Amino acid sequence: MNPKFYRSHVLVCTGTGCVSSGSNSVKDRLLVKLEEFGLQDEIKVVETGCHGFCEQGPIVIVYPEGVFYCRIQADDIHEIVEEHLLKGRIVHRLLYTEQGTDARIPAYSDIDFYKKQHRIVLANCGRIDPESIKEYIAAKGYEACGRALTEMTPEEVIAEVKKSGLRGRGGAGFPTGLKWEFTRQSPGEKKYVICNADEGDPGAFMDRSLLEGDPHRIIEGMIIAAYAIGADEGYIYVRAEYPLAIRRLEIALQQAREYGLLGDDIFGSGFSFELKIKKGAGAFVCGEETALMASIEGQRGMPRPKPPFPSVSGLWGKPTNINNVETFGNIPDIIRRGAEAYRAIGTEKSTGTKVFALTGKINNTGLVEVPMGMSLREIIYEIGGGVSDGRDLKAVQIGGPSGGCIPANLLDLPIDYESLQEVGAMMGSGGMVVMDDSTCMVDVARFFLKFTQSESCGKCTPCREGTKRMLEILDRLCSGEGREGEIELLEELGEHIIATSLCQLGGSAPNPVLSTIHYFRDEYEAHIKERRCPANVCAGMAAPYVIDEAICIGCTACIRLCPTGAISGARKQPHVIDPQLCISCGACAVKCPVKAIAQG
Amino acid sequence: MKSLEELRELRAELEKEISARNSEGKPKIIIGMGTCGIAAGARDILQAVTQELRKRNLDVITTQTGCIGMCEQEPLMDVQLPGQDRITYGKITAKDVERIVVEHLINGNVVAELAVARLEEGGV
Repeated sequence: MNPKFYRSHVLVCTGTGCVSSGSNSVKDRLLVKLEEFGLQDEIKVVETGCHGFCEQGPIVIVYPEGVFYCRIQADDIHEIVEEHLLKGRIVHRLLYTEQGTDARIPAYSDIDFYKKQHRIVLANCGRIDPESIKEYIAAKGYEACGRALTEMTPEEVIAEVKKSGLRGRGGAGFPTGLKWEFTRQSPGEKKYVICNADEGDPGAFMDRSLLEGDPHRIIEGMIIAAYAIGADEGYIYVRAEYPLAIRRLEIALQQAREYGLLGDDIFGSGFSFELKIKKGAGAFVCGEETALMASIEGQRGMPRPKPPFPSVSGLWGKPTNINNVETFGNIPDIIRRGAEAYRAIGTEKSTGTKVFALTGKINNTGLVEVPMGMSLREIIYEIGGGVSDGRDLKAVQIGGPSGGCIPANLLDLPIDYESLQEVGAMMGSGGMVVMDDSTCMVDVARFFLKFTQSESCGKCTPCREGTKRMLEILDRLCSGEGREGEIELLEELGEHIIATSLCQLGGSAPNPVLSTIHYFRDEYEAHIKERRCPANVCAGMAAPYVIDEAICIGCTACIRLCPTGAISGARKQPHVIDPQLCISCGACAVKCPVKAIAQG
Repeated sequence: MKSLEELRELRAELEKEISARNSEGKPKIIIGMGTCGIAAGARDILQAVTQELRKRNLDVITTQTGCIGMCEQEPLMDVQLPGQDRITYGKITAKDVERIVVEHLINGNVVAELAVARLEEGGV
């Protein structure tokens, strides 16, 4: 007898994205409707983590068929239950439609967004219940941990990770196995392992999704790391504004303790390990490892000079190994399937996969995992479905506030650590912001610099003062008050800040500015020399709107809407915009029923 | 968790809990759920199948399909073992379900007297 057998499983995504588009009420309605139709003993409802396709949320998957329903609201549930679950008829109107076609695609695996992905780290996200250790174990979870602890020596584990070629997924790309070896070789009885989940880049949400969708994978990776370096205590440093991730981690830690996967004598190996969560207050600088450790120690989150590196003197002066969430997420697979199998994915120097958070002006916003070396073009057009509203691609911002902008003409660039560095961007944690031709690159640079400037901890002068001065210049440029020579000044300041800042916050803050100057210098020049913003974004420089008198029907809609009262004219007479008062907000052009208004 | 064996034993048990999410290489039962099938009692058949699979702790994919034109023979239930022909059973009752599950699904012998059609493997 197997009371756990259900002929069908209905998976409802309860990642943060889908919850905010209403998946909790979808799930509640589903439970009610299943009872109503007497199906509660035949069909199991499972809450899962993020499927990555947040654009299409809330997402509901019905197994065994693997049918992918998207943008489901509570009112759609009756139909799914009655038609699909009871009678076996797929509800076609709720299926996914591929961009630019009318074809409805029932199967998860046939959707372009998923077809080209290679999911290792995200393999369980959206497939298992993150609050159930049983489902994780059923999906081969903790097998790698068991093998490492009982069948391998710490040195063998390190050798395997080194052989896999895995590099840090937090941004810099330092070889993970080497880092572990340094920490193992450091003298000292007490050692620590830390998971850096202080994800702070605007537009990045892969760590959050991973912690929410498959927390046991991270715990397993950390146990293996602790065994390899000889640590008996660990911390997961996660920001407090990720409440769901923290809640699921807490549940996962509790379960792991109950199953004896944390605590004393794990797998009868004699190895003991305890893991705690440390909630951060959400300061960007705490993503820097030395600042992060200061924060765990209860001090103000500020970086300190390196060396000594954490592997020698880290948390409370003890040898410490810090890795990013995604890095730990790769470990179980490397041990379970072997370094050779892992190496087979990706490129020679950048092995494995990378998770990217696709955002901005792209059709398929979401989380994707692709083999290293895939071209930007494939990611944006074949997985991401192209630029939204049919506009042209202008640039892709990679690596968040530490990264750079890659112009559209470099679309065939393979995405790996070296190639990105060569063009002045960096892998960063994996944020990928797509920008179309309506974007002003000076404004983008200003946005990112404003972020790092306000997140600068203030400890070292280049970062504290330098980013402030750079931001002042960009503010001037964007308001049409730029002066000759300021582009060169930005470059000079940027180079000095990079060379002399204490930590990588300052050391990378000028990147968005320098890379946009490098690829879009003409836009900077237009802001200064012509007092013009080519993309018509920068307020104060954008051309005022003009009404075409031949088209205007005199409906007064724009007059009533204009926030500055710049529009005048009698009913049924052509209206006129006063260019002195117009702030180029564009509200009138959107409202106009006959499209008589455009930027002059 | 005291040993790797303990984990593996536990996993063998737990795998069944999520098995419905992986249909590769598994035997399949398909029940006709067109209007004709429903009118003839397909819902009872589906429930009997679920009960039977649960009772015998079997890892089988259960799906439904629409009318295939043999309304006269409803309720219809197809059984397909991996790599073998798909057999359609007709005019079955809840009582027949146990027999088909035991003889065909478990022992691999087609219940000839209830079978009404055979679809070759790889066929539609």
